[in-house]
Amino acid sequence: MPDLLLELGMEEIPARMIAAAEAELARRVSDLLTRECLAPLDFAQGEGRDATAAVVSFSSPRRLAVLARGVLSRQPDREEQLTGPPWKAAFRDGEPAPAALAFAKKVGVEVAALQRISTAKGEYVSATVARPGRAAAEVLADLLPKEIAALSWPKTMYWRARKPERFVRPLRWLLCLLDAAVLPIEFAGIRAANQSYGHRILHGDSPVDVRRPADYLSQLNSAFVMADPAARRHRIRKALDAAVRGVPGARWREDEALVEQVTHLTEWPAVVRGDFEPEYLALPEEVLVTVMRDHQKYFAVDDAQGKLAPHFLAVLNTEADAEGLAIIRHGNERVLRARFNDARFFWNYDQKTPLAARIDQLKTVTFQKNLGSYFDKSQINLRTAQAFAAAVAAHGVSLDREALERSALLAKADLTTELVKEFTELQGVIGGLYARAQGLGDTVAAAISAQYLPASMDDPIPLTAEGQILGLADRMATIVEMFSIGLEPSGSKDPFALRRAANGVIKILAESSLPLTLTEVQRLAEQQSERAPRDQEGGAVSAFLADRLNFYLREVRGWDYDVVNAVLAAGVTTVPDAIARAQALTEVRGTDDMLAISIAFKRIKNILRQAREQDAAAAVGEIVDGDLVEQAERRLHAETRDRSPQVETLRARHDYAQALECVAALRPAVDEFFDAVMVMAPEAHLRRNRLALIASVLGNFSRIADFSEIAPMRAESRSPEQASR
Amino acid sequence: MASQVSSSTQPAGASLAAPRAPLTFQELLFQLQSFWAGRGCILEQPYDVEVGAGTMSPETFLRVLDSQPFSVAYPQPSRRPADGRYGENPNRLFKHTQYQVILKPPPANVLEIYLESLAAIGINLRRHDLKFEEDNWESPTLGAWGIGWQVMLDGLEITQFTYFQQCGGIDLDPICAEITYGLERIAAFLQDVDSVYDIVWTRVPLLGAAASESSAAGAANASSAMREITYSQVRHLEEVQFSAYNFEYADVEMLWEHLRLYERECGQLLAGMERPGEAQDAAEMRKQPILPAYDLCLKCSHLFNLLDARGAISVTERVGVIARIRALAVGVAKAYARMAPAVQPATT
Repeated sequence: MPDLLLELGMEEIPARMIAAAEAELARRVSDLLTRECLAPLDFAQGEGRDATAAVVSFSSPRRLAVLARGVLSRQPDREEQLTGPPWKAAFRDGEPAPAALAFAKKVGVEVAALQRISTAKGEYVSATVARPGRAAAEVLADLLPKEIAALSWPKTMYWRARKPERFVRPLRWLLCLLDAAVLPIEFAGIRAANQSYGHRILHGDSPVDVRRPADYLSQLNSAFVMADPAARRHRIRKALDAAVRGVPGARWREDEALVEQVTHLTEWPAVVRGDFEPEYLALPEEVLVTVMRDHQKYFAVDDAQGKLAPHFLAVLNTEADAEGLAIIRHGNERVLRARFNDARFFWNYDQKTPLAARIDQLKTVTFQKNLGSYFDKSQINLRTAQAFAAAVAAHGVSLDREALERSALLAKADLTTELVKEFTELQGVIGGLYARAQGLGDTVAAAISAQYLPASMDDPIPLTAEGQILGLADRMATIVEMFSIGLEPSGSKDPFALRRAANGVIKILAESSLPLTLTEVQRLAEQQSERAPRDQEGGAVSAFLADRLNFYLREVRGWDYDVVNAVLAAGVTTVPDAIARAQALTEVRGTDDMLAISIAFKRIKNILRQAREQDAAAAVGEIVDGDLVEQAERRLHAETRDRSPQVETLRARHDYAQALECVAALRPAVDEFFDAVMVMAPEAHLRRNRLALIASVLGNFSRIADFSEIAPMRAESRSPEQASR
Repeated sequence: MASQVSSSTQPAGASLAAPRAPLTFQELLFQLQSFWAGRGCILEQPYDVEVGAGTMSPETFLRVLDSQPFSVAYPQPSRRPADGRYGENPNRLFKHTQYQVILKPPPANVLEIYLESLAAIGINLRRHDLKFEEDNWESPTLGAWGIGWQVMLDGLEITQFTYFQQCGGIDLDPICAEITYGLERIAAFLQDVDSVYDIVWTRVPLLGAAASESSAAGAANASSAMREITYSQVRHLEEVQFSAYNFEYADVEMLWEHLRLYERECGQLLAGMERPGEAQDAAEMRKQPILPAYDLCLKCSHLFNLLDARGAISVTERVGVIARIRALAVGVAKAYARMAPAVQPATT
C-alpha cells in the first residue's frame, strides 16, 4: 500500500497561524481518505513523527505537509442504491412514463432494471448502480486541491492577476507524491512535482528532489530544514539551555508562548547569547522584559538569585560559523542597546511632565468618539470609584479614599507618555512606575499599576482594595456607557472587549472581599453616567452581567450548568455568596434526598403553573389550618413552619451546607404529601388551600437555590444541549 | 565594533583580500539604484512634495491603480513631524529616507530577488540571521492596506515588504509588491554605528589648507587623504530647526488656513472631474488635473501631520480631519482609475 505525501510550499506563513493550519490540513487529508474509502481500517492521526499514526503532519514557515502511510491504491468496488421519482409518476399501467426514462438515463441503467421500493413516503423508483472503485491517484488528484483551497486562515490575500484565489501567502510550489509517482494536482496555478525547497540561505534556491514520501523528513533535513515542529521545539529548548550555561547559575526565563512563536519562525534553529550593559538594569524590569520578549523575541535570563541578568538569548533561523555568530550576536546586541536607549530616553523625557500635569493632555486622547476623551473617561471613573468607595465604606471597610480618588484621576495619564506610546502593552504598569518615581505613594502607584488586572481569567486581581475599586469603576463605567450608545457585544462581535471587562468585574467581585453586589455596582455606575438609563434591572446590562457571572461559575469555577442555573435563579446578592451556594449545592446535589426534593419542587412548579393558567388567583392566599384535612398535608405544613426559620437562620449565617441538609430533610414529608394527597381536589377550598401550601414550601425553601433547576441525572456534561440528549 | 569582533575571531591571514569598507550612505543608495535598475525598474527621483512615506508618492499611490505592468524604484525623504527629536535621539528623525520599490506584477521569485539586493549592499547572508515576520500594513488616510512582512536582520527591521491589496479604497488588480528599505537604519547597521548621526554619508578628498596640513603632518599618502562627511554634518541642522518649527513655531491658525485652502482647491478640481455619463475622448481625459489634485491632497496630509505634532487637533476634530483627507485621496484614486483605461496606450 502506497504512502501519500503532500507539501504546500509558501512564502513565509505568519507564525501565529501555522500550528492550526498544519492540524487542519492533516484532518482534511485524513477525512478525505476515510470518506473516499482509501484509508485502511486502523487509520489513526498523529502529530509529527508519531510512529503509530497513519497520518502525520509537518510544518515550517515555508511549508505545510501531510504524510499518510499505507493508503489503499484503489477504492473497493461499491454498489449504490439511488432513489428516483415516485413509482406512480414513473410507471402508468406498467408502462414507463417520461419520468422513468429520464431517471434511467440519468443514472445510466436500462429501464428494465428499475426497481420498485417502499419508503415511509410511499413507493418510489430505485436503481442499483455499480460504482467501480477508482484509483487513489485519480481520486486524490481530483479532490486534494479542494481541500487545499478550503483551508481556513485568519487573514488572506490575493497575489495573482485577475485574483482567482485567496490564500494566506503566495503558494510557490506543490509537492505531491503517491510513493514515487507525482500526483498531478494543481492549485493557484502551480502544478505539483516531486520537488521541495530547502532553507533559503543555507540551502539556496536549488530544488530538493524527493524520492518517496518516507524520505521527506531526512531529505529536507539535508537541505537544512527541520520540518517537524516538535523536533525544532526540542532543539530550541536544548540550545537555550546550552547557551545560558556560559553564565554561572543563570537560567533562561521559561516562556512557553515565546518558544512556540520562535518554533514557527525558524526552519533550522540555533541560539545565540547576547549581553547588555548592566547599567540598563536600572530601568524597570517590566520595560526591559517587554522589549526583549515582545519586541525582539528574546528570552530573558535570570541570575542564580532569580533576578534579571544583563543577558538575553536570541533564537536564530540559521547556522553560522564562529565569525558569523559573532556578527549576529553583535547585531542583536546593537539593536537591543538602541531599544533600551530609546526606553531610557523616553523614561527621562516623560519625567519632565509629571502625571498630574498630563491630566489635561488626556483631552486630546480619544476614548470613544461618542463618549469623548480619556479626560472625560477619567472623570466618570472618578465619580464611579467614589460611589463604590462610599458603598464599601458604609459596610465598614476601611479605605484610603484620597489615594483612590487620586489614582482614578491619574490612572489614564500614562497614555500620553512616550513610553506607553512605544510599549502600549505596558499601559498602567508604566503609570504605576511613574507614580512611584514621582512620590505619589505606594497606594496610588499600586492601584494605577494594577488597573487592567485581571486581563484574563488566569491573571490575579489587584492586591489592594483601592486597586480593586479602581478596576471595577473603570470597567463598569465603560460597560454602562458603551451599552447606552448601543455598542454592546453581539455574537462574535465585541470590538470594545466588553465581555472581558465584565469577566474582570466578576472576578474582582468574586475574589476580593469587597461587600458589593452586582446589582449595586451596576446601579451606582449607571448613576454616574449621564447617558445610561436608570433602574434597569432586567435590562440589557444586568442580563449581560448575569450571563458573565454564569460563564464565570461554569467555566472558571467548573460547576455544572444546572447547579449554576439553580443558584442564579434564586437571585444573587454578592458574587462570593453565589459561589458559596454553588459550592454547597454541588456537595449535596447527588444525594437521594436532594434529588427527590428537586423532583418534588419541579412538580410543585408545574402544578402551580397549570393552576395559574386555569385561574390566575388560584394559589394566592393564606393557608387555612382547618382546611388541612389529610394527615400528610398537616405534616408538610408543620414541617414547613418549623424548618423554614431554621433554614433562614442558617442562610443568614451563610451556612449553606447545614441549610441544604435541613431542606433535604423535608423529603419524607414531601414524599408522603404527594403520595397521599391530591392537590387539585374537586373541592375548591381544599384545592386552594393545598396550592397555597405547596406555594409556601416553594417560597420558603427556594432562596438558596431553585432546586427545580437541578437535572435529575448527574450531568456528565455542563452544557444543557448535550445533557438533554 | 563588528570589525573588532570579526578580526579577533578570524585566524590571522585567513582573508587575503582586504575587507571592503562598509558602504557609505550615498554608496548604499547607488547600490540599490543600480541593483533595481538591473531588475528592470524605472528609476525615479524622490517626489518633491512633502510626504510621510514612499507609498504616498504618486509613483506608488496612483500607478498601482491601473492594470499596466509597472516597476519603479526611488528614494523618498519621508517627513513625520511628530517623530522629530531636535537631533537629540540617535534613532528617531523628523525626516528619514525610504528606498521604495514597486513591482507590478511581482515575479514569482520576488523574495529571492529581494535577498539578492541585500547581497548587493554588502550583506553576506551566510553570516547573518534573516527572518520574515508577519506585518500587515494599513493607512487609513490613504484608504490603503496590504499583507506582508517586516524583514528582520539580526533582530533589526530593515525592510517592510507588502503585497498591496487596496489603495484609495479601490481593490487592486493586478496586485503589486512594495519593498521599502529604511536607509538610515541599514546604513547604521552596515557601518556599525549606534547613532544615525554618525553614519558616514560620503568620503571626499581633503582640499586646500587641510590637505597640505595633513600632508605636512606626515599623513601616509596626501593625494588619497580623505575626509568623512557624516550624516550629522549633512542633516543635523535640518532636524533641529524643523523640530523647533513643528513643535514650537508653526502657526496653528495659519496651518489650519492652509489646510482649508488646499482642501478646497483639491475638492474643486475633483468636482470638476466628476462628469458621469459624459463621454470624453482620450485627450480630454489625459488633460484632467488628477496629479495636481493629488499634490493638493498630499499638502493637506502633511499639514494634518504638522497640526498633529503641534498638538492642535482635538479629539473630535482628529477623526473628522482624517476622514476629510481620505475623501480627497479616494476621490483622486477614483478619478485616476476612471482615466487610466481610457488613455492606456499612452501609459504603456
